[in-house]
Amino acid sequence: MIELFQQYGLAYLFSDGSGLSGVAMTLWLFIISVVLGFGLSIPLALARVSEHFWLRWPVEVYTYLFRGTPLYIQLLICYTGLYSLEVVQDNALLNQFFRNALNCTLLAFVLNTCAYTVEIFAGAIRNIPHGEIEAARAYGLHGWRLNLFVIVPAALRRALPAYSNEMILMLHATSLAFTATVADILKVARDANAETFLTFQAFGIAALLYMLLSFALVGLFRLAERRWMRFLVPTRG
Amino acid sequence: MNDLLNLQGYGPMLAQGAWMTLKLAFLALALSLTLGLVAAGAKLSSAKWLRVPATLYTTLIRSVPDLVLILLIFYSLQLWLNDLTEAFGWDYVEIDPFTAGVITLGFIYGAYFTENFRGAILSVPAGQLEAATAYGLSRWQRFHLVLFPQLMRFALPGLGNNWLVLLKSTALVSIIGLSDLVKAAQNAGKSTSEPLYFLILAGLVYLVITTLSNRIFKRLERRYNLGIKGMAR
Repeated sequence: MIELFQQYGLAYLFSDGSGLSGVAMTLWLFIISVVLGFGLSIPLALARVSEHFWLRWPVEVYTYLFRGTPLYIQLLICYTGLYSLEVVQDNALLNQFFRNALNCTLLAFVLNTCAYTVEIFAGAIRNIPHGEIEAARAYGLHGWRLNLFVIVPAALRRALPAYSNEMILMLHATSLAFTATVADILKVARDANAETFLTFQAFGIAALLYMLLSFALVGLFRLAERRWMRFLVPTRG
Repeated sequence: MNDLLNLQGYGPMLAQGAWMTLKLAFLALALSLTLGLVAAGAKLSSAKWLRVPATLYTTLIRSVPDLVLILLIFYSLQLWLNDLTEAFGWDYVEIDPFTAGVITLGFIYGAYFTENFRGAILSVPAGQLEAATAYGLSRWQRFHLVLFPQLMRFALPGLGNNWLVLLKSTALVSIIGLSDLVKAAQNAGKSTSEPLYFLILAGLVYLVITTLSNRIFKRLERRYNLGIKGMAR
C-alpha cells in the first residue's frame, strides 16, 4: 500500500499532471455543490412552506422527483441525456456548458443536494416554536425581514444535525463523479488499479482518504453544533 | 399504444433490468436487516469482544462512500475467495456478479441498519425488559414478544429512510457490470440514440418504487404505533 501511495500519492491528493485530481477535486466538487445547493435551498425552502399553492407546488414536485430517483440516473441524464437533444446542441451557450463533464457533474450534484436540503430546512421552519414568530411579529417584523432575521436563522440552527448528515452523504456522493470522467479520488484509484492490479490497496487508499475527510467533516459539525445549538440544550455543556 | 408499451423493442430488456434491480434490492435488504439486528445486539452487549468489532464495523463502513466500498469489496471478494480456496486446496469457486452485489450491498447497509436498530433498542424503556425477565420469559420470548414490537416503533422512520437509500444505491451496481435497470436503460439509449428518453423512463420506475415504499412504511408505522397517543389515526 505504501509503495502504491509513493507512486500515485500526488494524484491521490492533488494533481495528476493535467489538472486537479484526487482529494483536491473531490473537495472542489463537494464545496461547489454544497455552497450552491445551500444558497438555492433557502428561498426554495421558504417557498416550500408558503401558503400560496403556486409557490409551494413546483418546489414540492422538484424535491419529489430528485429525492425519489437515484443520483446516478440524474448524473447520466445531465451528462449523456441532455446533450443528445438538438436544442442543446444548437444553442451555443448550452452546447459549451454541457460539453464539459465537470459542468454536468456539478449541475447534477447541485440539483440533487439542493432537493434534500430544501426538505430539511422546510422541516426545520415548520418546527420553529410559534412563540418565536409571534414575538418577532410583536416587535414589528414582517415580510422579508421576518424571514431573514428570525425564521431563517432559527431554522438553520435547528436543522444543523440533519444538515450535517446530508453534507456527509453529499461528500460520499461525489465519488460518482468518476463515471463522468472527472478525476476525483475514486477515478485515481481506478486508474491505479488498472495499471498495477493492486485492487485492494488502490481502493483501500481511496477508502482511507474518504474516511479522513468524513471524520474531519463530522468534527467540524460537532464544533458548529456546540456553537450554534447551545441555546437548545442548556444542560449538556 | 402497442408501440408505447413495446418501447421500440426494448421493453422486455427494461423489464428484466427492473426485475434484477428489485431482486437485488430485496435480497440486500433481507441480508442487511439481519446483519443490522445482530450487530446492534453485539454493539449493546456487555462483552467487549462483541462490542469492539461491531463498533469498528459501523464506524468504518459508514465513513466511506458506498460506491468506493462496492468497488473495493466487489473486486476483492473474488481475490480473497481465490486465496482461501487455494490455501485449503479446494476447487476454484467463482462468485457471480449478482451474489457479489447482494453481499456487498447487504454488508454496507447492514452498518446503517445497525445504528438504526441500536437507537431503537435504547429507546425502549428498560423496565419493559425487566418486567419480561420478572415474568420468567426466555431470551427468545423476551426478544420477539416484548423488545421487537416496541423497538419497531422507534426504528421504522429510520428503516424507511435507509431502505430508500439502499434502493437508490442499487443503481450503482450497473457500474460493476450487473445488467440492472440502469444498465438496460443505458444500452437501449445507446442503440436507439435516444438516451434521455430511456434514462427518464428508468428514473420513473425508481420513482414508482419509492412512492410505493413510502405508502407501505406509512401503513407499517401506523400499525406499530397502535395504542400510542397522538399517532393512532
